[in-house]
Amino acid sequence: MLKYLFYLFVFPGFLFASAFGLIVGWIERKVSARVQFRVGPPFFQNFYDVFKLWGKEIILIRNSPYFLFIIAPIIAFGSVIMTTTLVGMSFFYGVGIGGDLLFIIYLMVIYSVSLILGASSTGNVYSSIGAGREMKMVISDELAFILVLLVPIIHAGYSIDLAKILAYQADNGMIIGSASGIIAFIVGIICIQAKMGLVPFDTAEAETEIVEGPLMEYSGPLLAFWKLAHYMMYVFLPMLLVILFWGGMSFASFGSIMAGIGKYLLIVVLMILIRNTNPRVRIDSAINFFWKWASPLALIAVILAIIGV
Amino acid sequence: MGLYNKIIKKSIWVFHVSASPCNNCDIEILDLLTPGYDIERFGIKLVGSARHADVLLVTGVVSYKVAPRLKQLYEQAAKPLFVVGIGTCTTGGATFKTSYNKAGIPLEKVIPVNAYVPGCPPKPEAMIDGVVKLLGTLK
Ligand code: SF4
Repeated sequence: MLKYLFYLFVFPGFLFASAFGLIVGWIERKVSARVQFRVGPPFFQNFYDVFKLWGKEIILIRNSPYFLFIIAPIIAFGSVIMTTTLVGMSFFYGVGIGGDLLFIIYLMVIYSVSLILGASSTGNVYSSIGAGREMKMVISDELAFILVLLVPIIHAGYSIDLAKILAYQADNGMIIGSASGIIAFIVGIICIQAKMGLVPFDTAEAETEIVEGPLMEYSGPLLAFWKLAHYMMYVFLPMLLVILFWGGMSFASFGSIMAGIGKYLLIVVLMILIRNTNPRVRIDSAINFFWKWASPLALIAVILAIIGV
Repeated sequence: MGLYNKIIKKSIWVFHVSASPCNNCDIEILDLLTPGYDIERFGIKLVGSARHADVLLVTGVVSYKVAPRLKQLYEQAAKPLFVVGIGTCTTGGATFKTSYNKAGIPLEKVIPVNAYVPGCPPKPEAMIDGVVKLLGTLK
């Protein structure tokens, strides 16, 4: 019991994920700055930002269901912490709880749903547009994402336990080495780009057209919850891909630890570079892309996995 | 509030309010936010919503039509909040000093102001200087 509380609140969970997420957020801003030939923010910038937000006022809107407005970021934050704990447990300790992947799929939808609820509770026009777009993003990327998750599940003998998937890869080589694995991995990177709402799929939060859409009415600590949850997704989504396709991380030697961190950072930097070199797509082209290209590709990967290549 | 002021100095999110200027100051503000000056080094970031803002950059003579909206905007932003008036318009009216339609000369007739950066328009360097001086008064 105590062990799991430690997991949830200290090591892969709350404390670690917040601190590490903010650091990865700094990496994002710094790499983006370097891409644009700038110097970029100092190392502790995201810590300053979140600390500052904790001291600001919360503004509620009269005549709106503000219970929903307050509870939405907290639920989203909680679900992201739980997901990070689950993924981190298998990443660092190699243990699972049995039904990890199913649980992760649900928790990630909870994040999107609370974003939609929080945004639509405000009654703000831009927030409503953002909520609508977020809804469409969920509809478009969810199918492709689940299909991507199916590939390692099939490879590992129809097991949704992350520990079993890791054990399978330790015996039979990484899943990314197979034809189905590499296709699913590529689609997976695109999917997590959409899940995190990064450019090219940041249509829901488009800062330049609908001014951060769903987050527009949030201020103070509630905004800090959203920002933290967003940065934490930087922690667990790349980790999840590393676990599913790239054999996770082992603590056998110093070299293997470095390799694990390297794999994680490689995916993060790849995401940041995709973010910096692409324009934002319209919501209809995003749906088009996911339903006409990404999902069929992932389906091909699933069929290949069933055949066994 | 010592520690908090120390931190807020390092993380300033600005919101740009255009209150009937001639538009030249706005262009200078946009210039300030380009990679050339890279104010993200100091933690300054442009945000799209007044709810997220720490500093309002107000430009222009506030006309009678804009004044109530500016007041509303000020009230809707989360405190603690600082207001910086950009351009001579906010202090003396500049091009519009003989206009009939000016509610905000100086700007503090409409909302409380923490600092002015005069100039028609002020250079981006002057604006950085103004904001830095404003932050210097925080203890
Ligand atoms: S101060 Fe000068 S440049 Fe700025 S808005 Fe006024 S008239 Fe235009």
